[in-house]
Parts: sequence; C-alpha cells; structure tokens
Amino acid sequence: MLDFIAGVFGSSNYWFIVVRSTAPILLVTLGAVITEQAGIKNMALEGSMLWAALVGVLASAATGSAWIGLLAGMAAGVAIALVLGIFALKLDANAVLVGVALNLLSTGGTVFTLFSITGDKGISSSLASKTLPVIRIPFLADVPWLGKVLSGQNFIIYVSIVAVIVVHVILNKMTIGRRIRATGENVDAARAAGIDPNRIKFFTLVVSGMLAGLAGCFLSMGYTSNFTSGISAGRGYVANAAQVVAGGTAVGSIFAALIFGITDAMATFLQNVGLPPELIQALPYAVTIVGFIVVTLIRDKREAARKLRLFSRGAGR
Amino acid sequence: MDTILEAVDLCKVYGNGTAANRHVDFAVRPGEIHGLVGENGAGKSTLMKIVYGEESPSSGTLLLDGRPVRFGSSRDAIAAGIGMVHQHFMLVPSLSLAENLVLGSEPRKKSGMYDLEEAVRITQSLSDKYNLKVTPRARVVDVSVSMRQKLEILKTLYRGARILILDEPTAVLTPQETDELFVELKDLRDKGHTIIFISHKLGEVFELCDRVTVMRDGAMIATHDSGDVDRQTISNEMVGREVRLTVDKKAASPGASALDVRDLSYVDDFGITMVDRVSFSLREGEVLGVVGVDGNGQSELVRILTGSAATLTGSVRKRGTDITNATPRRIRRAGIAHVAEDRMTVGTALPASIADNLLADRYSAPEYTGGGFLRRSAMAAAAGDIVKRFDIRCSSPGQPVASLSGGNMQKVVIGREFTAAADVLIVSQPTRGVDIGAIEFIHRTILSMRDAGKAILLVSSDLGEVLTLSDSLVVMHSGRIVAYFPDASAVTDKELGLFMLGVKRQDETEIRKVLHG
Amino acid sequence: MDKHLKKRGLAGKMAMFFTDRDALEPALVTLFAALFSLLAGVGLIFLVSKEPSQSVRNFLLGPFLRTYNIYYMMIAMVPLTFTGLALCIIYQSKHMSLIVDSSFYIGAVVATAIGVNLSLPAGVHPLVAMLAAGTVGGLIGLLPAILKIRWRANELVSSLMLNYVFYFVGSFVILYFLRDRNQTILSSLPFKQTFLLPRLVPNTQLHAGFIIAAAFVVLVSIFLYRTKWGFEIRLIGANQKFAAYAGLSVPTVILYSHFVSGFLGGVGGAIEMAGLYKAFIWQMNPSYAWDGVIVAMLARKNPKFVPLSAFFLAYMRVGADFMSRRGDVAFEFITLLQGMIILILASDKIVNYFKARRLKRTALATSSKSAVAAGGL
Repeated sequence: MLDFIAGVFGSSNYWFIVVRSTAPILLVTLGAVITEQAGIKNMALEGSMLWAALVGVLASAATGSAWIGLLAGMAAGVAIALVLGIFALKLDANAVLVGVALNLLSTGGTVFTLFSITGDKGISSSLASKTLPVIRIPFLADVPWLGKVLSGQNFIIYVSIVAVIVVHVILNKMTIGRRIRATGENVDAARAAGIDPNRIKFFTLVVSGMLAGLAGCFLSMGYTSNFTSGISAGRGYVANAAQVVAGGTAVGSIFAALIFGITDAMATFLQNVGLPPELIQALPYAVTIVGFIVVTLIRDKREAARKLRLFSRGAGR
Repeated sequence: MDTILEAVDLCKVYGNGTAANRHVDFAVRPGEIHGLVGENGAGKSTLMKIVYGEESPSSGTLLLDGRPVRFGSSRDAIAAGIGMVHQHFMLVPSLSLAENLVLGSEPRKKSGMYDLEEAVRITQSLSDKYNLKVTPRARVVDVSVSMRQKLEILKTLYRGARILILDEPTAVLTPQETDELFVELKDLRDKGHTIIFISHKLGEVFELCDRVTVMRDGAMIATHDSGDVDRQTISNEMVGREVRLTVDKKAASPGASALDVRDLSYVDDFGITMVDRVSFSLREGEVLGVVGVDGNGQSELVRILTGSAATLTGSVRKRGTDITNATPRRIRRAGIAHVAEDRMTVGTALPASIADNLLADRYSAPEYTGGGFLRRSAMAAAAGDIVKRFDIRCSSPGQPVASLSGGNMQKVVIGREFTAAADVLIVSQPTRGVDIGAIEFIHRTILSMRDAGKAILLVSSDLGEVLTLSDSLVVMHSGRIVAYFPDASAVTDKELGLFMLGVKRQDETEIRKVLHG
Repeated sequence: MDKHLKKRGLAGKMAMFFTDRDALEPALVTLFAALFSLLAGVGLIFLVSKEPSQSVRNFLLGPFLRTYNIYYMMIAMVPLTFTGLALCIIYQSKHMSLIVDSSFYIGAVVATAIGVNLSLPAGVHPLVAMLAAGTVGGLIGLLPAILKIRWRANELVSSLMLNYVFYFVGSFVILYFLRDRNQTILSSLPFKQTFLLPRLVPNTQLHAGFIIAAAFVVLVSIFLYRTKWGFEIRLIGANQKFAAYAGLSVPTVILYSHFVSGFLGGVGGAIEMAGLYKAFIWQMNPSYAWDGVIVAMLARKNPKFVPLSAFFLAYMRVGADFMSRRGDVAFEFITLLQGMIILILASDKIVNYFKARRLKRTALATSSKSAVAAGGL
C-alpha cells in the first residue's frame, strides 16, 4: 500500500492529473479571492461555471469554433455574476441568498436549456461541440518527467497560470487593486476618497464571472468534451472556502487549489488500491474544510500574539 | 460679506423616517475658520455629509461660490475643492500612509501601473510643505492616532481642497497634539484655506474659530462672531435647557464593595491601547460616575465589565466571585445588570415585541417557563407591569420595539435592567437622545435604585448628568483613570475639565483611594 | 392600529391584518412573487414549446385535472413540509445553512438500514427509523454550526461542501452494505413489510406521512412560539448582539437550532422512504432542501404558513411533471421559477418598497426630537 502511494506520488502521470484537476478550482478560487477582497461574497460562482460550461458547448457546436464557444461561455459566467451584483448591490438583497437562488436556478436551468435544445437531459454528446486545444510546449516537453507533467496540457491550464499573474497584478500593481482593498477593508474610507464601492464590486464580479467562465468552459471543452448535468460538482462552493485558505492573495490561491487538486487526482489512483470510490470522491471536499480550519487556527493565534505585542510595546498613544 | 459655501433651506430625511436636517440655512465665508457646534445628534454630521456629497439632501439647495451645486457623490465635492476629515478615520489599515493619501486619485507610471514611489514622494513633499509630519511608508495600523489625523488632513490637501471640514478632530488627541493641530490649522487658514470645525467642546471653538454656528435637533439656531458672544449663550443655544438638573438627592451611605476591578487593559483592532490598567471598586449604595471625553476608553471599559470584550490583564470580581472575561450570561447570573449605551444595536431587539424585549433576561425563570413551555399569561402580565411602572407609551406590549420613539425605547431598556435580579448596575448613556420628561424619570429611578442599596456605575458623556447623579467620580483620559473624587458635589466643572482634557493628573495615592483599601 | 388591537376573535384579527400595512404589504409582495413566477413560467413555455397552449394548460391546470395528480401533490407536500419547517427554524435564527439537504439524504439512508435489517413490529418499526434518522440528521446539522462557532466558517459554504461529503458517504453505505445485488439498477435490499407506512387512501400512494407532516407543522409552531427554546431562537434572529447581551448563550442556541432543523430533515428522509418506496432507489440526491428554502421564504419563516407554501411548490412540481410527461418542456424549468421567487423575496428594496415610500412621505412632517435621536446620528 505504502509502496503504491509512493509510486503514485513519483509518477508524472499522477502529477499531470493533479495539474488538470487543480486548474479549474484555481480559476474559481481566484474569482472568489478578488470579490472577497472587495467585500462581496460571490456564492454564484457555481452557477457561473454551469452556464459557462453549457453555453460554451452550445456556442462552439453552433459556430464550429471552440474559441467562440469560450468567449460565449465566459460571457455567460459574467452575466450570472452581474445578476448577483444587481440584486445584491442595487436591490439590497442578501448576497448569499441571491447566490443560493442563482445556483438553484442554474442547476435546473442548464438542464432545462440542454433538454430544450437537444432533447437530452444528461449529456450534450449529440452536439458536435469543440474542445479547446492541447498545447505542447517546445523544449519543456523534452525535459524528462517535468515535461510530461507540464507540457501537453489543455490551453486553459496555461490560461489559469496567466490568470494568477493577472489577478496578482490587478490586486498589487494596479491602481484598482488598492481601491479593491480599500472597498473591502473600509468601505467608508473608499467612499470618502471618491471611490464608488459598487463600481469596484461590479468590476470584481465581472472578473470573477470571467474566471468562473473559463473554469466552466474547461470542464465541458477540455477536462471532458461534453456538458453533463451538474458538471461543476460544487467547485464554485469549494472556491469560497479555498479563498479563505488562500489568505486573499492570488499566489495563495495556487496552494489552496492544490489541496483540492491533489486529493481530487488521488481519487483516480486510490480506486486501484481497492478503496471505495465514493469515499475517495468525498475526500477533496472534506480536505478543503480541514484546510480551512487549520488556516483559521493559525491566523487566530497570530492575531492574538500581535495584540499582546502591541500592548506591551505601548503603541498608539 | 461674500460667502464661499451656503446651504439654503436644506432638509434630510433618512430611509427609516428620521429627519436629521430640517430647513437648515448655513453660510461660510472664504478664509475663515467656522465652528459648527451642537450636541450629539444635532445634525452637524448629516449637514456636513451633504456638503461633502456623501448624502444627498431631501430638499433645499447648496451654493458654492454663489452657484447652486448638486453633488452625486463625494467625488463631485472633492472636485469642487471640498475636503473632509471624518471623526472616524477613513483609512485603510493594511495600506501604507502614502497609499492611503493618494487613494482615489493615484499616480500612475507611464505603463499605467500604480506608482508607489511617486505616492511616497508626493506624501513626503506635502508633509514638508504644510509641516504635518508623517512617515509615508509605514502602514496605518502601525502609526499613532495623531499621525493618522495629519494624514487625513494631507489627504484633503492633496485633492486640492479649498474648504476643509474637520469633524471633532480633537476627540482622540492629547492636549499637546491638539495645540499642535490648532497651530497647523491657523497656518492653513493664513494660506487661504477655509475651515469648518465641528466640535462640542466650546473652549476649543472659542480658541480657534472666527465665527461659530449652533445647531440643535437638526435645525440651525444661530451664527455668531466668536468675539461677540459668550460661552453661556452658545451653551444655552446648544442644549436648549438648563444643563444642571435639580433632583432630590439624599446623601449616599455607601456600604461594602460589590465590584472590584483591577488592572484592566484593552487594545483595539488598530492596536491602540484603549483601556490601560484601570482599577476601581464600586460600593453598594453609591453611584460612581465615570467621566471623560468620548473615546477615552469608557465604552471599552464597560464592554470588558459586561462581557463583550476581553481584558488582556487583571481581574474583575463581584463580591469575591471571579468574573474576569466571563460571558455576558455568567455576568448577569452573578447579579450584574447593564444598560447598554446603544439601544438600537445592542440594548433592544428592534423587530421583537416590547414584551419579549422586557423579559429577554428572565424568560427562563420558573415564573415564566414551565417544562420548557412559556407561561404566556404570566409573561404578558409581567411585561404589562413593567410597561406601566416605567410609563412606556405604546398601544400594546406586543408591538415591535422598532415602532417606539427613542425615549420609550430607552424606557424599555431601563425597565428591563432596573427590574432585573441584580445588585450591581452598569449604566451607560442612560438618557442619550431621550426627551426631557423621560430624562427626569430615568434620573429619579437611578437614585431610587441607589437608595435601595444597589451599586451603580454610571458612564455618560452628558457631564451635567454625571455630576447630578454621582456620589463619587473617576475621570478617564487616554484609557487611564487620572483622577478620583470621593465627593462629586465638591468638584467644579472647571477642575474636572482639566483632568478630562489630560492637562492635570492626580498622583497615584489619590487615585488609589478608589480601591477603598 | 391601536384601536384594532382591542378587537377580539378571528374577525378582529383579520381586520387588523388588513389595516396593519407593515404586515399586509410584505404578504402581498410574497403573493406577487409566487404569481410572477407562474407568469414567467408561462412565458418560458411559449419560448421553448412547440405546443405552448397545451403545455401551459398542463402546467397550470394539470395538477387538478386528474384525481391522481391531487394525490401526487399531497405526497409531494410531505418532504417539502419537512425541509421547509427545518429551514424556517434556521432562518428564524438568521442563519443560512443548507445542511438539511444532508440530514434528509442521510436520514433516508439510516431509515433504509433500519427498514432492511431490523425486525420490529409494524408501527414501531418506522417510528424507530424516524427517531434514528432524526438523531443522525440532527447530529449532521450540528457540523456547520460547530464550524461557524469555533472557526467562523460561513455556514452556507461549509454546509454546501458537507452536502457533497455526505452524499458520497450515503451512496457508499447503500452500495457496500445495503445493496441488492440482484437488481441491475442501483437499489437497496427491499424494506421489511413492517417498515412501510400505511396508506391513507387505498390504491393511491398517499401515505400516513402526510398526517405526520401535518402534526410536525403544529409541533414546530409550538416549538418556535410557545417554548423557551423557540423564544431563544427568535431572539437571536431578531438581534444576535442583543441576545448575547441579554444573557443568552448564543452558541448553544445556534447549536440546538441546527440540531432540531437537522432532526426534521432526518425524519423527513425516513418518512419519504417508509411512505413512498419499497427500497432505497434514489440514483441521485433529490435535494429537497433547496425547495425548502423557497417554502420557508414563501411562508415568511412562520411554520404556520408552511403547508400553504409547500402546497404551492407541490402544485408547481406536479404541474411541471405532468407537463413534461406530455410535452416538450423539461421538468427542470421550475427551478428557474423557484430561483426567481428567492431573488424577489430576498430583495429588501422590493419587499419593503411600499414601506419605504410611506416612511419617506411622513418623515419630513414629523419633527420630534426623539425621532432624530432614534436615527443614531
């Protein structure tokens, strides 16, 4: 058993799957991070993913272009995020409840739409939808082991790396990043500085919708080549917990998403050892919760220590 | 004379139906320091929020340089040359001072990216120019309150403010820092800026301002040249009633110590030490008043005593029972009742009925609950009884508390806490925003509780109230007890003011007398 | 409104309701949300169906056109009532957990284990199953509450993830311990005869669970409005800070409110098994908790109105089911309508539209000092 696990962790095949499993969760986690930084909880990421996955498939089948499918899917993801914004920010609805409504509406709505178009409720295989290309990276592909893990992945995998950089740049290098942080940390300060918090929140919602859209399209046009009902499998919810583990940073999102990705990929391998697949499938969700608890524990300890230090130093007055 | 800023017949009604500004006329001349005074809730802050574009008026006009303006947001006001320093700092704790300074109008590199170095340079040069010393690269969480305030002023100047609004800027400053601030503000005025200075401290207003306007109950009362008016006039206009209330008060006969507080300390989220090793003993049959300028640790002290904040050091004992950092539940069980300072967010549950609010601390007692079931008739009777005794004006005890007026809402809080099974009462701001009839009733009730032998800790920002009701006094400044007066009637306002403002401090042996051995 | 309070009896109460605009207006908005969703449904049908008028007829009238559909509605009301009641309790305490989904599902699994394995007399058998399922459901309900109290985890986020965990755990238990290997589709071993709830009407599937659900409506109403625990739950919902200040142990209240809510979910799951099935044959989680959200919101968190809103939802479901079997519109279209209902009812600006307008009109006129102070300027 131990030998087997050691073998798994050494195999490039395993890590290839880890990367594949991590990317979609990474994208949505980034989306959760950026909205949370602006002080709005986007619980509708799951819904954004579902619609993106479906619309991507439909649009690519209709146009014959995976790229148009991707754009349409991202637009669908953004649309859901905007609906959340309109209800939560303009109509004073509880954002979390709006998220619940949108997820419910998306779970059934995507199935309804799929059925209305194809006559099938479960899977979109009757549509000639396209998949996004696999990219072989020159030179890297030839590096032993590493090449097998990192090269030959789907286009979106590489986009997710770019997304980390983009979100990092938005949050830390661009003007709007400071405004996002101001809005989330002290909304009155932002307002007093002439920043319109709702505009900032809408901006982050759009970004998170795009990221969830990318993740959704990957699931139906890369990870698999069809839309199936409930394809997002709660990744949108996981992102809201992973966001806490990520500590609100883009780079932290990689680690948070990896926790999920590593356990998710393990599921495929552990089944070979004879462990029941159901329990293994439950593992990524359970591990995310445990990760959340551990991170919160560490943070609480640090905060208590900081306060005591400030007092003994006699800071302030 | 010409005016730079003028409000004409301005009204503001909030969504909950509160009329915060009623037909306000207000004019400011260019290059003056204009004081705006009034009690808490007089409508000063609302008026200034309208001027600064944070709130839009329900009706009326705002004139800038003689032309009508309509600000959709503070951004418009900033563009028109208006800047505001809020009472609660509008800063982002985790960002550096420089980043906070430029927030909203940030310098960019040629690439369009945020230019941190330029932000630091701007901050440094503004700091030098106006002689307001700050350290640009430090994070806000790590710097002192007075530096944060300087940064707030620099922020408005960076945005090209010609008119500066300062909302109670001295509340959080030491006397030296206040003096320093006044020099800086006069300097700004001499450089051509117009300053609106909101305060409820008359001394400061007279020291600093050229003219002063008084507001009360959301309405404009009068504007004076500060040279032509005395404090008594302004004070009368501000409060609209005699400050000192007369109550029949027997001499106190304090008994044994009921509550022993030793060495309490509290650091807030910004890292500021709000309560600094506070100790005192509260005896039965006495009212111990806690006075101090708002924000000097009184609220935090009460929060520690009542279980909603934890002390870092020391202990609280009630007749020997240790209740240090106990939950509010345990503290109440130990026989301590508490009139919370904010009835809207803590003291009542607005959507719940008057009856539920009155019995929220005792519903589980056997007279109201049997086998888990509520005895609804007993509850209704008890609630009706309190409603009658405390003269809560309502159509029925089943009515939600939210529908009551402020005074009656406060009577709900008082009615509950003063009928609780407790021998120690911690009373915070018992009459804030309450009508005069209710005030007298509440004052009489507090004294009758004292005469019945209860130990009462009274915290109020209404100095007249504390002086009227207290038997003995402690003064808090910067989180510490700086004076103890065993006989409250022997203290003059003037003397008290010196301690409250941190000018004077008793020596340690005097202060330690509050421990009663 | 003062005069009307003195009136007694039902007529007095009715009169009060219609004159008390604070109570009347939100009720009207709720009704509007329900009707609007039906109207939107009609619009959607016209958008996708080739025979729209037939489908609309089936959707709106179908539930009443066939006698068996009326029974179906009553059957469908049972699980909706349980999850609706469970979420009333959660919402009364101003929490958002959706863990009831797991409680219901695992409740069904626990009941299956008892229905398959134990030999007990009829009557006792389902009762034992309900108690066991309720207890397990309640314990599951505690988890998001513990995560929230101890580590400040948002209870909705954690409950949604736990729902996946428990779904997989539940299917694992069915597959590895209770599976009937002679069946080609996934199914548990058949329930013992003693486990099954009696039928209320012969030759229909309407089972005694309907009565039990009605009884639970009464029980939960009493629990929330007549016991000290209900008092505590409503108090922390009205203002949690106040409740803590008044001496309630807020964590304790959060814990048992979640337990009771989960208990109801578990019982609901057990009743669904004992009432409707001969074996556990769910291929996926029916997720009644999400419908429970709408039931609770339409009932305005008051258990008394749960039967009414459960009926409305059952009507929608049966109508949609009837329509989808006879036409080209998928059953899932009702989730779009359900989502719309939540969106409308969650929007304060919509629900309080009339109230805000009234307040604005009267406020400028009033000028008491106390009103100014109440604003907490």
